[in-house]
Amino acid sequence: MNLLASLPLYPLLSFLVLISFGKRLSWAVASWLSVGAMGLSALCSMLLVAQLSTSEVNVITSHLWQWFSVGSAKVNVSFYLDALSAVMILVVTGVGFLIHLFAAIYMKSDENFTRFMAYMNLFIVAMLVLVLADNLVLLYLGWEGVGLCSFLLIGFWYQEKNNVLAARKAFIVTRIGDTAMAIGLFLLFKSLSSLNIVEINQLAQTSETFSLSIANNEASDAYWAALLLLGGAVGKSAQLPLQTWLPDAMAGPTPVSALIHAATMVTAGVYLIARMNGVFIMAPEVMTYVAWLGAITLLLAGVAALAQTDIKRVLAYSTMSQIGYMMLALGAGAWSAGVFHLMTHAFFKALLFLTAGAVILALHHQQNLFKMGGLLKKLPFESALFFIGLACLVALPGTSGFFSKEAIIASLWLSPTAGASLWWCAILGALLTSIYSCRLFFLAFLGEQRFPKDLVISDHLETNHLLRGALVVLALLSLFGGLFTIDLSTVLPLSNESELSPGWLHAVAIITPFIGIAFSWFYFKRYRSRDIISLNESQSSWLVFCRNGLGFDVIYRFLLVKPYCFITQLNRRDLFDQLIMLSAWYVEIWRDVLSASQNGRLRWFAGTFGLSLVGLILVVIL
Amino acid sequence: MMLTFVILGLLLSGSLAWYSDDKPFFGVRFQAKWVALVAVIIFSLIFVFSVYLSPLNFQTLQTIAHVSWINSLNINYTLALDHLSITLIMLTLFLALICILVSWDEIQEKSGFYYFNLLATFAGIIGVFSAVDMFLFFFFWEVMLLPMTALIAIWGHEKRYFAAIKFFIFTQVSSLLMLVAIIAMAYIHQQQVGDLSFSYQDWLSLELNNELALYLMLGFFIAFAVKLPSVPFHSWLPDAHTQAPTAGSVLLAGVLLKTGAYGLIRFVIQLFPQASENFAPIAVTLGVVSILYGAKMAFAQTDFKRLVAYSSISHMGFVMLALFSFNEIAYQGVIVTIVAHGLSSAALFSLAGMIYQRIHSRNLTDMGGFWQSAPRMGGFGLAFAAAAFGLPGLANFVGEFLSLVGAYQVFPVMVILAAFGLIGSAIYGMVLFQKTFQGSSLKTVPDLSCRELIVSSSLLMLLVILGLYPNLLLQYFRGVIL
Repeated sequence: MNLLASLPLYPLLSFLVLISFGKRLSWAVASWLSVGAMGLSALCSMLLVAQLSTSEVNVITSHLWQWFSVGSAKVNVSFYLDALSAVMILVVTGVGFLIHLFAAIYMKSDENFTRFMAYMNLFIVAMLVLVLADNLVLLYLGWEGVGLCSFLLIGFWYQEKNNVLAARKAFIVTRIGDTAMAIGLFLLFKSLSSLNIVEINQLAQTSETFSLSIANNEASDAYWAALLLLGGAVGKSAQLPLQTWLPDAMAGPTPVSALIHAATMVTAGVYLIARMNGVFIMAPEVMTYVAWLGAITLLLAGVAALAQTDIKRVLAYSTMSQIGYMMLALGAGAWSAGVFHLMTHAFFKALLFLTAGAVILALHHQQNLFKMGGLLKKLPFESALFFIGLACLVALPGTSGFFSKEAIIASLWLSPTAGASLWWCAILGALLTSIYSCRLFFLAFLGEQRFPKDLVISDHLETNHLLRGALVVLALLSLFGGLFTIDLSTVLPLSNESELSPGWLHAVAIITPFIGIAFSWFYFKRYRSRDIISLNESQSSWLVFCRNGLGFDVIYRFLLVKPYCFITQLNRRDLFDQLIMLSAWYVEIWRDVLSASQNGRLRWFAGTFGLSLVGLILVVIL
Repeated sequence: MMLTFVILGLLLSGSLAWYSDDKPFFGVRFQAKWVALVAVIIFSLIFVFSVYLSPLNFQTLQTIAHVSWINSLNINYTLALDHLSITLIMLTLFLALICILVSWDEIQEKSGFYYFNLLATFAGIIGVFSAVDMFLFFFFWEVMLLPMTALIAIWGHEKRYFAAIKFFIFTQVSSLLMLVAIIAMAYIHQQQVGDLSFSYQDWLSLELNNELALYLMLGFFIAFAVKLPSVPFHSWLPDAHTQAPTAGSVLLAGVLLKTGAYGLIRFVIQLFPQASENFAPIAVTLGVVSILYGAKMAFAQTDFKRLVAYSSISHMGFVMLALFSFNEIAYQGVIVTIVAHGLSSAALFSLAGMIYQRIHSRNLTDMGGFWQSAPRMGGFGLAFAAAAFGLPGLANFVGEFLSLVGAYQVFPVMVILAAFGLIGSAIYGMVLFQKTFQGSSLKTVPDLSCRELIVSSSLLMLLVILGLYPNLLLQYFRGVIL
């Protein structure tokens, strides 16, 4: 049992203890157990990364047992740590530990506290399996596992009908993507006869038939495999066209949003594409699709974020949009820039969500931005942290978000699978990001206080040093996380150098956020003005349309959900059964007719006898 | 001879349970359920040990009992075992225990006769899984049918007579076709070899022309497709499952459906390899239609048991699809799916029984929010629903994955269509779980009792073990080429 194999073991053990003893554990025991397990995991992953950096082969593996074998290909329960998964385990366990710490205090008064922490631990287990898996089937296990935990945590307060529906939606929508991915696995196995990730990435490059189209008009296996894997990725990472579940997923408790729907699970799609880079490189068309999907999601989510009134939904759309950046980077072949942004985004988005959670709790579960305002004075500490988070989000120079986003934007112009138009999309996206961030900050923290003046700021969070400590660490990571250099050259292909692109690109990219801020400063003057006591959200139909996620929900309801429900309702009685029961009915009719004829009356018998005789004679004669 | 001993023993102890129920012996009041429980435990142990200690290599069929029965027609009492039948018999015996435990408090009336019928059904099923003389096979096929019908008709729910008669007629009509095919095969054997034979092993060497083989194959195929069941022969199943008592549903879904799968593997495919290969496109289509149709129908149901019943149709579609792909990987998938579905559907039906005992309703609209008052039941409910929609880590996933990967090598388009069943299963699984356990709590229900905890956790444990270490089962099915 080596260190790598023990990494998911601690949260797993903690989960088992928590779920079997349940409410019998006190708050202190349950939180020590779950947070402690996460702390151990985080320590282990740091040790592992230290080992990895000194190891010569750049890979640590751990084979546990053979799960099953598919023909000659073995599917093992084995873990595989290289530079890419190292980044992921650091994010998952590090940020995960801080969020667990926060959650233990945040959820303290919930009656199902142990169940909550148990799910959080289970989620970490599944996520670690996902990123450490050495084959696609084990990855799929983690993939479905995080989906299930996400479902459980979104619907954690299951007594509310809306939460239940949001949880169901999240699970089923991502399952659609998962199914595409499963078909991709079948296809990969058929054409490469392997399910091992490293082998597939190598075979994809060397196999002659894989990237070759069979006939002229038919797409190659590589094309389809990449496209199907992309299907899985867009489902999990809430990209177009399967993005609709993410805003609704905000129904879950805020630490869940921070952990699952900002820092870790939603980036699994990005990880999948980066992991399977060997396949994607062989399908340049799909790389372009990835880039375009990312760009469109980035813009649409940015527009939708502009119209939200719920602080968590703004952050949700912002997450979607930032993952769009990562996809854009991957599609452009800037692999490490995409992964780098994944890491920095995990830091600052977790910070934003947790701080938002602290604000929401302080205002007694008020999430509506139009009922906040003036929090800078009431909650200066949280305001400062939130400001740091937003600064990273809009990529102000010096913050971590700046380094990662610049790296992405710089790689776009000359990339063969992206190009100038996508560069402009990214710039436009940066502009949108800064505008909605300003709007958010103005509405929540500046302006006049719009909640009742006598509302007592609930302070059980204020005083807690541990909780603040977790937030401060995240804030430091967000500020200085850009200074970490991650060397992914051993895993991912190098991106094309951008020395040749025009010099003004950089200048434009750096200036854009400031333009956005300046624009908002004047355009959203109402929001930051101290004179306006009450603000009402605009009800113009365009804004409502954007607020409701640009109509995707409506389209899906009418194109998919309603028809499916209609067909099932139509055939609720089972057509085949009806047909078979028809024969039973036919038999019954004859039974009735014949039994009616057996009435025992002589007259009747004589009559039928005579009639039949006449009939018989007629038949004979004619 | 130990298998004969087990079959007869089950029948006799069933009779004993019937006879001794509620009668005092030496001052102790006997109860049929105790007799049945002890009998099943003893005979399970006997079976497991005798197989374990047996020097025979069960990779191929090993005849373990051979007594001549009707000499003039060359009909023998012949039993044989291989890994397939051993696996299925073990599943049967395990589910027999589950059946007795779920009936423990449920069956209060005529309990003696009830346990007789239950044990007689098990005896019949074990006979079906081990008989290799086709006349004997048909005999056991009928033996398992009659007590099963009685179980539905006597201890079932409100529409039990209707359901029992429907079940009986469906099975009888289809097995009539099989009987004709069996007699025809015996007759062909007489023409080709010179004497009548009902022996399966003798039939394997028969040479059949294509057209004849197709018709004979269809005779068997329809009988087993009804039992499996496959669309369009499935409509007995929702009624029978819904109306049967809990143990009846467990028995039907857990093992009785598997006799159909077993028949397809052992008789249809092995006796008529060429004909079934020609027939494969149609069978595979039926499988895919079953997967999608079952999933769609399950979603529309408001009755807990009916929903699970339709989900069984969907799962058995995977068996049909994989089986007729004639691929080693898919075949392993079939084996795992058979066992996994046996466990997971048994688990869901037991859960339905537990809920029915608490609220006296199977209607999903009467349920909701049970997690609040019965968190343990909720946890198991989630795990069993997750098994049904194929969550990796539980046994059903391994079965579905291997089936689909294997079948994809042969029928890619069909598998892509079948994969939509994965979405469908997530939809009905979620509906089932959420309508029962989430939402606002309408009623408070007591949490699982100790006996129910044993039932649920043993089923879940097996699902997890097979889900994470399926080699336990698959090691016996390596290199089997259909």
